[in-house]
Amino acid sequence: MRVVVVGAGIIGACVARAAVVAGCEVVVLDRDQVGSGTTSRGEGNVLVSDKPPGPELDLALASRRRWQDLGDELGRDALELESKGGLVVATSQAALEPLSRLAAAQREVGVEVEAVTDPTHVEPFLTPEAAGAQWYPQDAQVQPVLAAAAVLADARRRGVQYRPGTEVAAARTGQDGRLRGVVTTSGEVIAADAVVNCAGTWGGVVGRRLGGEVPVLPRKGFVLVTEPLPPSVRHKVYSADYVANVAASTEGLETSCVVEGTRGGTILIGASRERVGFDRSMSPLTVQRLAAQAVALFPFLAGVQLLRVYRGFRPYCPDHLPVIGPDPRVAGLFHACGHEGAGIGLAPATGDLVAAHLTGLDPMLVAGVDPAPFLPERLLRIPEETS
Amino acid sequence: MTAEDRRAHTRAHTRADLLVAGGGPAGLTAAATAASGGLSVVLVDSGHALGGQYWRHPPAGAQMSGTDGFHHDLTAYRSLVDTISGHAETGLVDLRLGHHAWTVRRDEDGIELHVVDRRRPGADRAVVLRGRRLLVASGAYDRQLPFPGWDLPGVYTAGALQALLKGGGVAAGRRVLVAGTGPFLLPVAVGLADAGVRVVGVHEANDPRRWLRHARAVAALPGKAVEGVEYAAALLRHRIPVRVRSTVVAAHGRERVEAVTVARLDRDGRLIEGTQQRIAVDAVGVGWGFTPQLELAVSLGCELIGSEDGNAVVDVDAWQRTSVPGVLAAGETTGIGGALLAGLEGRLAAEGLLREVGCGAPSVRLRPVRRAVARQRAFSRAMREAHPVPAGWPAWLDDETTICRCEEVRHRVVREAVASGASDGRQVKQLTRTGMGWCQGRICGFAVECLARGEVPGVAAPAPASERLVAAPLTLGALARLPSHEVE
Repeated sequence: MRVVVVGAGIIGACVARAAVVAGCEVVVLDRDQVGSGTTSRGEGNVLVSDKPPGPELDLALASRRRWQDLGDELGRDALELESKGGLVVATSQAALEPLSRLAAAQREVGVEVEAVTDPTHVEPFLTPEAAGAQWYPQDAQVQPVLAAAAVLADARRRGVQYRPGTEVAAARTGQDGRLRGVVTTSGEVIAADAVVNCAGTWGGVVGRRLGGEVPVLPRKGFVLVTEPLPPSVRHKVYSADYVANVAASTEGLETSCVVEGTRGGTILIGASRERVGFDRSMSPLTVQRLAAQAVALFPFLAGVQLLRVYRGFRPYCPDHLPVIGPDPRVAGLFHACGHEGAGIGLAPATGDLVAAHLTGLDPMLVAGVDPAPFLPERLLRIPEETS
Repeated sequence: MTAEDRRAHTRAHTRADLLVAGGGPAGLTAAATAASGGLSVVLVDSGHALGGQYWRHPPAGAQMSGTDGFHHDLTAYRSLVDTISGHAETGLVDLRLGHHAWTVRRDEDGIELHVVDRRRPGADRAVVLRGRRLLVASGAYDRQLPFPGWDLPGVYTAGALQALLKGGGVAAGRRVLVAGTGPFLLPVAVGLADAGVRVVGVHEANDPRRWLRHARAVAALPGKAVEGVEYAAALLRHRIPVRVRSTVVAAHGRERVEAVTVARLDRDGRLIEGTQQRIAVDAVGVGWGFTPQLELAVSLGCELIGSEDGNAVVDVDAWQRTSVPGVLAAGETTGIGGALLAGLEGRLAAEGLLREVGCGAPSVRLRPVRRAVARQRAFSRAMREAHPVPAGWPAWLDDETTICRCEEVRHRVVREAVASGASDGRQVKQLTRTGMGWCQGRICGFAVECLARGEVPGVAAPAPASERLVAAPLTLGALARLPSHEVE
């Protein structure tokens, strides 16, 4: 089976690798280069702590195990995989209760988590005013572009063809309506038995070009980068409001900061969430809020220089779950996009799910995850005669 | 409306008519012209004295012997500073020295320029300045190329040698060699020699005969030719040897630079093997032209175009207006062209605004200004074409040469990233961390772009201007304390 994967971000790279391992012949296209879209715009989070029990947490847990495997197979350094653990801090007594309730529910479904009464034992520079915290040893981090490049490089060693600078313009459809490949913007036809839409934030556009639009929308976020420092923040540290924000679906700006150190010595402070379309402009107010929250968590940051701010657009679906699986309208078209801010963490298991869908194997067996909640059907209003 | 009425009108509104980012020749001229026409102006500069790089001065009140001898056109400078000071006294000009613009935002009401007040060490203060329009006159900085030993103490940019002289009367060494390309190397060498430094050589990488193709552009500006002759005479007087098609390919030393290796270049800018020669120095200044400072313009989304020197520069119309309404640009941000052109462009920007708001004197005849701008632009284009970065420069690197000094990324690592398929600077950055440190790629960005592409960027495909939403570092504390809607 010949498969065209559209998009060489972390999702495309993991899908390509899983598909070639499953025996498919794979071509990866990207209009730009590996990891140049939203993959390069985040912190490289591989998190279980921020998800309440449900399908996304199931996918995250499966993926977390697969990141470990990838680290063993490709080398942890090649991915800059760090199992650093996450500390979710309740900044007030009021936040303590809901946080421990969430932790208890997560523990039920397999998340490792323990209550920490004095968080400054875990993070010495944390504000002494923290009311308490939960410790999540499974939370980890990769350098997302390196990881995407390493996974794709491994896929290429296994025979995957990679074609950067190649943009998909349209579908090539057979007389039976089945997808037979794609047509690029330069007019070239690339034949395939299946096409996987891994275009992330641009998954809606690529879906439309291939005749199967999916509702993927951008959600803007800023990340702050400080000057390089000696190691001073050891884990991923969140304020507990982050947990509430990720799930929130209200319009407008939400900030609740995540603070963490990197190998380079810089400290990353993320991330705001705004629904403002593809507006690329700088929002000083948003950046200021993130800075204020970070300084509240770690008072020493007040004297640290901000060197850089970057922003990106997370791909989100209306119900905040990714869309993974065959398109019911176009035979041969598959989607794997809309992972919002969790794409890095969810990528390996997403790859496994897609490989199962492509080859007809049992997704539960291959990926260890129930595929049903992610299927495109839930997002589509299918015309009555075909439904 | 009289100037007095205008001032009263301005005080009633918190929004200045014009924000000017940069107090060099372009910004100073624009601010003086606009204020003299009755517009309220906020003039922001990171330095402690007006003048920018060209008219760099010691901070007011600093005790030191005169640095006047290092300057050109001081009469023009003093007259502009007097004008600005006069308007500052009446409140028409809000002068903000020691303020660094760190970001910018635009909405329907105008421009918000976010600045950090750095006048008190250790007490950064973030301030928001509002205006109806913004002139980006942020100038340029030295463009550099790495070579083995370029990170040794005593290796400077050509511009830094001059800044030390102008800003503090400091000579960087006693035995100095100047290299790189462009007419700018000459005043640097002569300034050093005038300060008593032994300049052991000026090594110009290009052949001056490249100028012959642009005879008309040069003939139209006899002043430039006279200037050139003056520098030639000064070089001769100081017995400074000038070598063409020659450059520094390595610096040597233990604690600091003790010697450099120079080598000849062929007509295509490739090193001629066997011509290497070692010269003892205690300092060296190298300059490969300049890179315009485009952070504010890029953050605002101004359209850019390619320039002959491989830079992306801001695209402007006949009144220096960019593609973004309310945003203007003048000086080096629109193409490296020197102080005189910058001043003229600043003047045009301000005159255009005055006409737009109806308080200009349409009687001011701008035809001579436009003619002078056209001549200066033709000359600067000729200069950029005559002084390209040598195509063969990567041959000077060895495996262990540091490319990105902030993140300590070696040439070998960059080369491996390129071999693995990275074909532009951005991709190399994401794979190797070049340009991710303190300077955010200002030093190594052009070099990395050359290495990634395998060729030197030119007018058709310039090195892309990096997006830096934070144009200058500021502390998180200063940022956090910024009241959301503070207006000054």
